Amino acid sequence: MAVEARPWDVKINSNWCKQCGLCVAFCPRGVLKLGDDGRPVVVDIARCTGCLLCEMHCPDFAIAVKRSE
Amino acid sequence: MGSDLTKYLRVEKLPHIWCAGCGHGIVTQAIVRAIDELGLDPAKVTIVSGIGCSSRAPGYMNFDTLHTTHGRAIAFATGVKLARPELKVIVITGDGDAAAIGGNHLIHAARRNIDLTVVCYNNSIYGMTSGQYSPVTPLGSFASTAPYGMVERPFDLCELVMGAGGTFVARSTTYHARHLTNVIKQAIQHKGFSFVDALSQCPTYFGRRNNMKDALAMLNWYKENAVSRDDWAKMPPAERGSKFPIGVFRDEEAPEYCETYRKVIEKAMEEVGAK
Amino acid sequence: MEESRSRLYQGNEACVEGAIAAGMRFFAGYPITPSTEIAELCSVRLPQVGGTFIQMEDEIASMAAVCGASLAGLKAMTATSGPGFSLKQENIGFAAEAEIPCVIVNVQRVGPSTGMPTSPAQGDLMQARWGRHGDQEIVVLSPAYVDEVYSLTIEAFNIAEELRTPVILLMDEVVGHLREKVTLPKPGDLVIKDRKKPVPGSRYLPYAPGEGEDGDVPPLAAFGDGFRFHVTGLTHGPDGFPTNSPSVGEPQIKRINSKISSRREKLCKAEELFTEDADILVVSFGSSARSAKKAVKDLRAVGVKVGLLRLITLWPFPEHVIQRIAAGKLKAVIVPEMNLGQLAREVRRCLDGRAPVIGVNRVAGKLIEPADVIRAVQEVK
Repeated sequence: MAVEARPWDVKINSNWCKQCGLCVAFCPRGVLKLGDDGRPVVVDIARCTGCLLCEMHCPDFAIAVKRSE
Repeated sequence: MGSDLTKYLRVEKLPHIWCAGCGHGIVTQAIVRAIDELGLDPAKVTIVSGIGCSSRAPGYMNFDTLHTTHGRAIAFATGVKLARPELKVIVITGDGDAAAIGGNHLIHAARRNIDLTVVCYNNSIYGMTSGQYSPVTPLGSFASTAPYGMVERPFDLCELVMGAGGTFVARSTTYHARHLTNVIKQAIQHKGFSFVDALSQCPTYFGRRNNMKDALAMLNWYKENAVSRDDWAKMPPAERGSKFPIGVFRDEEAPEYCETYRKVIEKAMEEVGAK
Repeated sequence: MEESRSRLYQGNEACVEGAIAAGMRFFAGYPITPSTEIAELCSVRLPQVGGTFIQMEDEIASMAAVCGASLAGLKAMTATSGPGFSLKQENIGFAAEAEIPCVIVNVQRVGPSTGMPTSPAQGDLMQARWGRHGDQEIVVLSPAYVDEVYSLTIEAFNIAEELRTPVILLMDEVVGHLREKVTLPKPGDLVIKDRKKPVPGSRYLPYAPGEGEDGDVPPLAAFGDGFRFHVTGLTHGPDGFPTNSPSVGEPQIKRINSKISSRREKLCKAEELFTEDADILVVSFGSSARSAKKAVKDLRAVGVKVGLLRLITLWPFPEHVIQRIAAGKLKAVIVPEMNLGQLAREVRRCLDGRAPVIGVNRVAGKLIEPADVIRAVQEVK
């Protein structure tokens, strides 16, 4: 019985984010995309595997990847 | 970073001053993550920095923090550590701060093998003063003071520190963020002098002058040119070109300065007591 | 039978013993004549009292280590001479800006530059005050006798701890190498001051002025006490974080100056001899003042109304004492010093033309002798 993996939650702190685009570039699953205003947006959370590559490469401490409650 | 890690930051001081895409935030996060994963008591961690972009990091980090004079962080940190050896003292410095004006303190602290962890945010440029070359700027690359290309042969900081007797020496890059966190963890755990050469991109000054138009281009350069230590050893020099080794180059034990001096104190007090 | 408390100490030795008595438990230094005995004796004595000595790679590092150790909670000291004193200036400035208690001993030798390493001079008087960039005040004390080296070193630490400031003990090679008797105080008699500490658990602002007479000196926590505070050489606000705002920065810059200048009279230490009825005043300090005292005594013995003012606190400069003595209409003020007139310049500034100021100056290592002072006094019309 495959345990249904709890889905991931990706929160972006837009006050701290300087729109460098690295998170989008590092996400291997296309979860994040740059919005028209250049800000990263979560577009497909279901594909997130919780690998933390976006969080770890964010120079602004602005991404938090968590198991959603 | 989630709240489990932002508790180590002075969130009221954010956003930070570093340029968009600068790697220094990535290295700072790696240090904070390392501290968290090691479960260190934040009240017993002191972070000391010099002057430059790197050295603004402690202002954002929720520990006892000391932002000193240019090049002298390691000397200040030596005083902190000797006065209170039970503290975990981490030095944040830049390539200019550590190896140009601070070179004398870097090599002597390594020679003494005093228990300090030095993380060098190495962007191969003086960022704070907007783009002058540093002692590690590669030959031929451009800087505001090397308009015709760098003419000085750069240091290899890891070789320099190993030559001075450093007992833990490693390098990683902001591209290899998880690896960078791991080597910082090992450095913090190491008893004695530990040095991490953390390559960190400076798109604003180094990148722009050296045709790497943004942070991603610089990180890709790290990805293309970083080679594991073992592959590097097997690589014939002719093939090395702009490549460089990452990994742990030295991890050995030697008498730690504070512990050795502790014995001096015990011996001296014994002799005085005996009299 | 109570054990004798008199000792025969070299000046440099009295400095170390005084520092240890004051609670100094960290010394970082670098060999330089004529101060090296201080480092050597610290390397022997400090471990005996549970303290730490380190010989750093240069004087800049020594001053840096002293600041670090003090911020980690220890009373810390360094000692040097001219060339090293010049190298330490930036980090002394950091200690002034970050308000770090510490003591810097400068055993002066002939300058400029390498000069005469084994010969005495007093040519660092102005550097002690103005050696750092930017506006900051500092306390500078100058002993002339070995027993005074002992007591002034304790005083230097007490001031440093009380005002959260670097204090410079300005000696010269003569006082440093001279051996004289010192009578150690009874253990109970020593007044030792320690820095104010913040209340544990309170929200700690490391640079916030408080109430009361000493409100302008904030408490100082130690690294490792759990306050997790920030110290920087950048202009900062009460919370210790950097600021570029004039309205936040100005009070901080002014406070690190006024906390010393406003206590000029309290900090002032001087020795006066026959100044009540003097019409000629001799003003001097350090080993030059010893010769001046002999000259004044000899002249008084033959009826000359001359007085001596020996300055022990050099900075903040005791203007009020000079102006008080000069109020009695002085014919002249004689200033013997082993430099080309650095003290005389300050005395002239204070007198503002009320009396001529005549220097007695030697620069190349030869001591000022009583005869030099006597001749100068006799030449006054």
